[in-house]
Amino acid sequence: MNVIKRAVRTWLLTELWRGLMLTGRYMFKKKITVEYPEERTPLSPRFRGLHALRRYESGEERCIACKLCEVVCPALAIIIESDEREDGTRRTTRYDIDMTKCIYCGLCQEACPVDAIVETQEFEYAAETRKALYYTKDMLLDNGDRYESQISANLTADARYS
Amino acid sequence: MAIQAGIWALEILAIAVPVALGVAYTTYFERRVIGWAQARKGCNRVGWAGLLQPIADGLKLFMKETIIPTRANKFLFVAAPVISLVPALIAFAVIPFGQTSLFGLWASPHVMAISNLNIGVLYVMAISSLGIYGILMAGWSSNSKYAFLGALRSSGQMISYEISMGFALVTVLMLAGSLNLADIVRAQAGGFWHWYAIPLFPMLLVYFISGCAETNRVPFDLPEGEAEIVAGYFVEYSGMWFAVFSLAEYAAMILISLMTSILFLGGWNAPIPLLDIVPGTVWLLLKASFLMFMFIWFRASFPRYRYDQLMRLGWKVFLPWTLGWIAVIGIAMYVPGLSEIIGFWRP
Repeated sequence: MNVIKRAVRTWLLTELWRGLMLTGRYMFKKKITVEYPEERTPLSPRFRGLHALRRYESGEERCIACKLCEVVCPALAIIIESDEREDGTRRTTRYDIDMTKCIYCGLCQEACPVDAIVETQEFEYAAETRKALYYTKDMLLDNGDRYESQISANLTADARYS
Repeated sequence: MAIQAGIWALEILAIAVPVALGVAYTTYFERRVIGWAQARKGCNRVGWAGLLQPIADGLKLFMKETIIPTRANKFLFVAAPVISLVPALIAFAVIPFGQTSLFGLWASPHVMAISNLNIGVLYVMAISSLGIYGILMAGWSSNSKYAFLGALRSSGQMISYEISMGFALVTVLMLAGSLNLADIVRAQAGGFWHWYAIPLFPMLLVYFISGCAETNRVPFDLPEGEAEIVAGYFVEYSGMWFAVFSLAEYAAMILISLMTSILFLGGWNAPIPLLDIVPGTVWLLLKASFLMFMFIWFRASFPRYRYDQLMRLGWKVFLPWTLGWIAVIGIAMYVPGLSEIIGFWRP
């Protein structure tokens, strides 16, 4: 009896039909494709994209040139030089991040004691030259000004979990 | 003489151009269907609903450099794609796409084929097995281990399945009593209950599955097994010559679909005689398109066979089964009682 059952099953290709039916059902299912430039997936507040240097509300830059981020950076993408400013505070004279080296691990953000260096949700900054991906202090501060509302909103959203 | 040559050239163009377009849009259709089966949308960017995608692909391949490996046999390397494409295309010469009296212009209906050959079935069998030479030459002349292994696998597989394919054909020939493809179609006229798919259903399965193996399609695409031999016999090819190989593969798929429709599914005959108002060519192309869809559906569903399983299926399952069916049909044709039943399908 078992033999006959097996033979029937083999010759009617039932297992193959079951496989075909599975893929056949999927052909009519809702498609999960996200058509990227027009449609986007939601981003986490912890998304690690383009870097930015933030300022206090007074307009004073947060960075105090402690160089913790430079030390912690596993890809050696950050280069900092510091000097004394006229008012006697220690500030950076150079703060460069090479985006071609950066691995977007977020360690700089975690190391920063004053929340100065952060990663924004911006990820569409592809460029055609390496030079364009070498971000200087001015460019990073500029990023900070541009994305400040997004950055503070994300930090508030994430504050509950950290 | 010149007029005759011109008519032939027109006939050849009327077949070759739609075949080339059919091949291009099969790749498009394949990508869409596999996308759907994986809950994706598939290519829908180039042109309306992605319909210009095959043109863009062709253009890209055409403009790419063809790299010939050092120490490859240059002559054979360049000749191999051509030798695999030509048999795939010239086999279409005997395919009867329908019959027409040209709106009553001719007294009797003419068969729409470049050549209504008396031994059409033999011709198709002979020509389609020539394709293996292109694959062998490609594998050998590339001077690459992977390509060589792929070519060996492909030739072993094609030879094994050619046999069961041929025997499956024999059962059709026994019923139709003719090697002419148009006669075989005419013998199946008058509704789907006259089709050879009914008395020869196992042979239909054997023929179509062997066709999958013959064209190196999933689940028999071991010659291309990415995981172990990268891409098989065409691993060293690039640009237009690579495109010619896939052109040959898809043309062979279309040929197998057309042949299966002609031999087992009634060719240009409508499934019910009432539907004969729709031109026969439309029915043939519908049947072939459905079989093409099956090819693609297989690819979306099945994992690849192991090589020993492939050989076991060909030699230990299909071959005895086809031989047995030949005996069954042969005996049934001469046993009183049974011969009347079988006689229903004989012209």
